[in-house]
Amino acid sequence: MKIAKLLATSLVAMTAAGAVSAENVMRWTSQGDALTMDPHSQNEGPTIAMNGQIYESLVTRDAALVLQPELAESWTSAPDGWTFNLRKGVKFHDGSDFTAEDVVFSFNRAMHEASDFKEQAKNVASVEVIDDYTVKLMTNGPNPILPNQLTSIYMMDKGWSEANNVVNPQDFKANEESFAVRNTNGTGPFILESRAPDELTVLNKNPNWWGNGQFPGNLDRIEYRPISNAATRVAALLSGEVDFVLDPPLQDLKRIEGAAGLQVKTVAQIRSIFFGMDQGVDELRTSDVKGANPFKDQRVREAFNLAIDKKAIQRVVMEGLSFPTGMITPPGVLGNTPENDPSYGFDVNKAKELMAAAGYGDGFQIQLDCPNNRYNNDEKICQAAVAMLAKIGVKVNLDAIPKAQHFPKIQKRTSDFYMLGWGVPTLDSHYVFSYLLASEGSWNATGYNNARVNEITDLITTETDIEKRTALIDEAWTLVRAEMPYVPIHHQVLAWGMTDKVDVPIASDDAFRPRYTVMK
Amino acid sequence: MKVTQPMFFFIFRRLAQSVLVMAVVSAISFSLFNFVGDPVNNMVGQDATREQRLEIREQLGLDDPVLTQYTRFIGNVLRGDFGISYRIKRPVSTLILERLPATLELVFVSAIIALIVGIGLGVYTGIRRHSWISRSVMAVSLIGVSLPTFIIGIALIYLFAVHLRWLPSSGRSGVLELGGWKTSLLSLEGWRAIVLPAITLSLFQLTMILRLVRAEMLEVMRSDYIKFARARGLSDRAIHFVHALRNTLVPVITVIGLNIGGLIAYSVITETVFQWPGTGLMFIQAVDFVDVPIMAAYLIFVALLFVVINLIVDILYFVVDPRIRLGGT
Repeated sequence: MKIAKLLATSLVAMTAAGAVSAENVMRWTSQGDALTMDPHSQNEGPTIAMNGQIYESLVTRDAALVLQPELAESWTSAPDGWTFNLRKGVKFHDGSDFTAEDVVFSFNRAMHEASDFKEQAKNVASVEVIDDYTVKLMTNGPNPILPNQLTSIYMMDKGWSEANNVVNPQDFKANEESFAVRNTNGTGPFILESRAPDELTVLNKNPNWWGNGQFPGNLDRIEYRPISNAATRVAALLSGEVDFVLDPPLQDLKRIEGAAGLQVKTVAQIRSIFFGMDQGVDELRTSDVKGANPFKDQRVREAFNLAIDKKAIQRVVMEGLSFPTGMITPPGVLGNTPENDPSYGFDVNKAKELMAAAGYGDGFQIQLDCPNNRYNNDEKICQAAVAMLAKIGVKVNLDAIPKAQHFPKIQKRTSDFYMLGWGVPTLDSHYVFSYLLASEGSWNATGYNNARVNEITDLITTETDIEKRTALIDEAWTLVRAEMPYVPIHHQVLAWGMTDKVDVPIASDDAFRPRYTVMK
Repeated sequence: MKVTQPMFFFIFRRLAQSVLVMAVVSAISFSLFNFVGDPVNNMVGQDATREQRLEIREQLGLDDPVLTQYTRFIGNVLRGDFGISYRIKRPVSTLILERLPATLELVFVSAIIALIVGIGLGVYTGIRRHSWISRSVMAVSLIGVSLPTFIIGIALIYLFAVHLRWLPSSGRSGVLELGGWKTSLLSLEGWRAIVLPAITLSLFQLTMILRLVRAEMLEVMRSDYIKFARARGLSDRAIHFVHALRNTLVPVITVIGLNIGGLIAYSVITETVFQWPGTGLMFIQAVDFVDVPIMAAYLIFVALLFVVINLIVDILYFVVDPRIRLGGT
């Protein structure tokens, strides 16, 4: 009798404990924490992804990167701008209503001098309020892709921002912390409970979120703990302390897959890796060829493209996790086509012939600038390229350095031959043309200057006929493929590690989307 | 009374030297920042224009000569202003004060482990140097000196967190706030989290102390006064711990003193491996981001720490060793 009673009580106790643990708590990690919770202050992947769980934009993307309504339910375009119909009944976490006034406020804030999103927000000239739940985003002339450019511009509450003195993002000269760095008031599915930067960030489900019941996600609580050391990050997954690792190192994937109860998901990333060759200057800075620039000769550029074995890099350096390519933008971006995507191939003999025909049969010397802490296996790819180029007589001196020293060389256009990777948040080729191929592009250190490509870069900003626009984009890519200003290597592959009890839909933009995440 | 006067001058002279050391360290470290890279690149998104980047450089005064930047920095520091972190946009002094308890607790626990285990085993292996325990301790201690910290750390994580699942792999948990000081030493959870990083951090110092104490013990045990002590019929315990150990302490205090600074310096690696949220981890992240205000403040802080520790060690000499007092200036 006594024993039965004891058993019963302990059973009750156990079910009670079970009820507590039945709450779906997602514990996850990645290398770098969000830099700030201010949604307009840092235009950086992890920061945007973290803020996107708390804040929302008018338009968003799902895990397949298809545009989805978020705070706007629908939108229509006109030659002078786009009209957005806002979702009704949406409340910020502090209970105030989301209205057109907040949209105006948020765009003004994103356009402010101290905002890191001003380039994206610049596509909007001004915001016109039509009524409480309708806004018109005025553009300078027609803009065919405006919704694509708005997915990272999050909406803030005007009243809250004014009350807390965060009407503008923090600027670089500020000498105290702004309230919005660690406090939030969004409309999103999760509410910030606590935040210790670089230690622990805890989010709780927003019971009043407009989307409750409309999405498969069933998380009640998210605990994010950044772990900067890769081996420790993997150990946390293997030991069961976290359910999900966003960025396990490639060499550990087999180990994770082999462990009981763990799985790896992979997807092509929206990021391409390539080498740039400076064909603009009259004499290269690091070469033994004086009075001439070998890269001005298309045969040399072609020889470089043919001498680098992209498949060998995929097999040996990337352990299969890459897609060799002949384009500097990946599938998923408007403009990448099956005609232009294939790699130029690998043909050492032809490369040698081309070098000889160009007058460099004995090769030449050059320096390759390469980052060593930015892309997957960046330095190893460069080392492989050095060995491959040696076979056509080109003696490459590799200078592999941290990204903080590497990127300024490209921005200042002082590199002869460099590695760069490029992601495309808008999923449209215009983003690639305007930065990497237009002669004035701020990341185009190749000196590539093709009048027609420059012209198309401008034309596609205003061409609203989708078919005509796509044809223009294709024309430019075909020109680029023929003239080879770059040596495309591959599109990167993303790999996420997780336990079997969570289903996190992997997305090419490397963002964790809790509203689609299911815990079993 | 005769003793206090030289001590006062001694300390005064040391203080003056310390200020000079601080000035040199800060100047050298500051001139190195120019080689770390361009912070602006990390501060704005890739779609920022060249003009915007230039403007930020100008706002931050990054294009000024190093000397101008340094003078401005020292001026601000003297007014107690270390600036705002480029990376997380919070005041650097607040950040360091927030992170300091984690580092100091880690260093404290490691130092205790290194001292107790190091002196204990040192005395033991010094006295019973032919026993098999001594021989195996000495063999294992080679590992402590020769293996780098991060390998030991990762090995401990895989053994105790992944394989045995006894302890958490990383992070600091069970944190309680105690009058402005965030401590994790008051909860079981906190102790579970600190064990592995503290052992990792202490291992090198532990072996150093062990080997030093052993060598000193061997030396002292051969000396005449130990023989006389034995002849007087004192107990082994009294001989070993009162007479012998005490005389080994001068070099040990020097080494320990300097090594506590070393513990804080080494904690950079240990904290990174274990994601221990202290100042060392913050420094590594700052280097990655070229977060100059944090790097500058941290280096000055570490220099200050070494200077203060050296000063304390010098003063302790006075207390422990009468010869220094008599030798005076």
